[in-house]
Amino acid sequence: MDFDFSEEQQLLKDSVVRLLADRYDFESRKKHQAATEGWSLGVWRQFAEQGLLGITFAEEDGGFGGGPVETMIVMEAFGKALVIEPYLSAVVLCGGLLRNAGSDEQRRTLLPSIADGTKRLAFAHAERQAGHDLHDIAATARTEGDAFVLDGDKSLVLHGDTADAYIVSARSSGERRDRDGIGLFLVDAGAPGVSRRGYPTQDGMRAAEVSLTNVRVERMNVIGDPAGGFPMIERVAHEAIAALCAEAVGAMAEALDMTVDYLKQRKQFGTTIGSFQALQHRASDMFVALEQARSMALFATMMSSEPDAEERGKAISAAKVQIGRSGRFIGQQAVQLHGGIGMTMEYKLGHLFKRLAMIDTMFGDADHHLEAFADSDGFVGAL
Amino acid sequence: MDLRFTDEEIAFRSEVRNFLKENLPSSIREKLEDGRHPSKDDLVTWSRILNRKGWAVTHWPVEWGGTGWDPIRQMIFRDELQQAPAPEPLAFGVSMVGPVIYTFGSEEQKKRFLPRIANLDDWWCQGFSEPGAGSDLAGLKTTAKRDGEHWVINGQKTWTTLGQYADWIFVLARTDASVKKQEGISFILVDMKTPGITVRPIQTIDGGHEVNEVFFDDVRVPLENLVGEENKGWDYAKFLLGNERNGIARIGISKARLRKIRELAKLHTFGEKPLIESPRFRQKLAAVEVEVKALEMTQLRVISGERKREKGKPDPASSVLKIKGSEIQQATTELLMDVVGPYALPYEPEREDGTRWNEPSVGPDWAASIAPSYFNMRKVSIYGGSNEIQRSIIAKAILGL
Repeated sequence: MDFDFSEEQQLLKDSVVRLLADRYDFESRKKHQAATEGWSLGVWRQFAEQGLLGITFAEEDGGFGGGPVETMIVMEAFGKALVIEPYLSAVVLCGGLLRNAGSDEQRRTLLPSIADGTKRLAFAHAERQAGHDLHDIAATARTEGDAFVLDGDKSLVLHGDTADAYIVSARSSGERRDRDGIGLFLVDAGAPGVSRRGYPTQDGMRAAEVSLTNVRVERMNVIGDPAGGFPMIERVAHEAIAALCAEAVGAMAEALDMTVDYLKQRKQFGTTIGSFQALQHRASDMFVALEQARSMALFATMMSSEPDAEERGKAISAAKVQIGRSGRFIGQQAVQLHGGIGMTMEYKLGHLFKRLAMIDTMFGDADHHLEAFADSDGFVGAL
Repeated sequence: MDLRFTDEEIAFRSEVRNFLKENLPSSIREKLEDGRHPSKDDLVTWSRILNRKGWAVTHWPVEWGGTGWDPIRQMIFRDELQQAPAPEPLAFGVSMVGPVIYTFGSEEQKKRFLPRIANLDDWWCQGFSEPGAGSDLAGLKTTAKRDGEHWVINGQKTWTTLGQYADWIFVLARTDASVKKQEGISFILVDMKTPGITVRPIQTIDGGHEVNEVFFDDVRVPLENLVGEENKGWDYAKFLLGNERNGIARIGISKARLRKIRELAKLHTFGEKPLIESPRFRQKLAAVEVEVKALEMTQLRVISGERKREKGKPDPASSVLKIKGSEIQQATTELLMDVVGPYALPYEPEREDGTRWNEPSVGPDWAASIAPSYFNMRKVSIYGGSNEIQRSIIAKAILGL
């Protein structure tokens, strides 16, 4: 049992924090958001130069051989700074799918170009009817000779408006809610039959609705077993949840820091409001909620590489419950303790609150995961 | 960073578990499983079994009988004791006055008291709280005045847990009323057989007799029973309370109780189905389990940070353990109330000698202890520095407010 970062991990952390301190104060973020892409290509290139985009890829795939702890370090720093670049979609989700399920050929051709920032993929998976269920897939993939032809509508594709290509989940067999029969297909954004509609999201990022009509995918662009992709989707969703937990912890820590600073500065009734016990105790409750969330983000990080899907799922669900609850409490209380300024678009705090609220909705909210965890035998089933 | 237990740590856990399986008397285990209190004899018996194994005072310095285990092993040991469930060594001696004596006491005090604490030859109790000094402990009024070779102690202590069995009491008393309240307090060891001491029981809302009032009426104590320096008692008390907070999360106990809740909720049916099949109940249970897991990780973080901290300085983050640990303990007894339903109602008090509840029970034989446990557990957010005091500690020591 060792909670310390290795020397390399500490260096990584220092360098990410330094980069964001230089390039990502809140005023810079507003400029990044106003760029054509809705985020900054310049910052993206710097992420590539610092090795962040390939941090979890194997060295022979153009990466640095890191793991979940490295992702956690990066995402926590991103959460503090409210980074809006497509790291989750391109690196964690699509990079993760290729890393876990891609053929040697696919990994060798695609991962280096993700790592150097030249190619950005987005994961076109969610569908309108699916709710929080990862296996609810209506999009179809029918065979045509040696190839597949995809049809269907994908929704809430994170950063799908500027992606060069998609990894699309579609059903090659079975019924809409079957876990079997789902495949993963690599589709160029400009391929005939692909259309997209981009839009901004509440947290200052971007997403797209992506439609596929008679989109032809050659055999070489099928990732893994065309009917057995679900375990990989689930696994990468778990990795993404662990990453989001770390991001949320960064955002919560920043919200608490800002709140404590504000309590020390803001004067009313002739004294700093931080001298009032009602507000001190609220801030302490936020700290307790943050520590519990940090613990579960670490637990999720540790368990995200667990091979046993059931054990992994339990841990990830428990973590998402804690993150959702702590994030809601800390976000709301941070706004409350700031008073009016916390309600304004021009100030960072409200954006931390909004990002935390959006993280709860992604990959299953706290209620969804509580139900999933409640259906399991829990952690204390056997001594 | 590697958040898994090492192979050695896992092997250590099974060594402890096996020892407990083979050596914990089943009568004691059953009492704890039923939510009843171990008797004085049970605790003495069990402490001596542990002491023979060298495990009675595991966290003490090796020269005084400690094991030299690192903080993770200490945590594993405590977790296994709590989950067995086995009684923990009597905290007032082993976790409170013992560390004060070996840290601040004289050589004579160490030789005289420490081995007897380890073997539970002396039963210790705590003389801190007073009717007028609870959260504001430093406002205590009990006095100790020098008279020749003695301190003469006058005053009243309260909430003295298991004082009815005690051979010794450690007392905070005012030895200088002319200075700031924290600077005039001394830490004195008092033999309970000294003339002038009266112990009066307090019955708590669960019906049990755990706590007492202790009255001091011209109690004469040898000067050499002062620990450390005169008027430095507040420092020793803070040291002691910081140590108390570390063990206070009681995660193993909460885990054992959750396991019991699951078992009972499978057995016990409301209407047509066992309670465990109610989605509402399962989600309440799941929510507590998530909190327990989070707290377990938090505790590991605090413990692993301990290795780097200055010795004897408690981590203010241990206040998080106190707040969440107590809330979780309370939540588990609330879940037990859900499980027992209307058979919480019959009042069947435990006899002082620790024998079984009234027989035959009105409801299921496991039901009688549940409402008392729920009532009794309200204490945990009050003692050890109330949860509101903990919030103030976090605000000041961590957040700098």
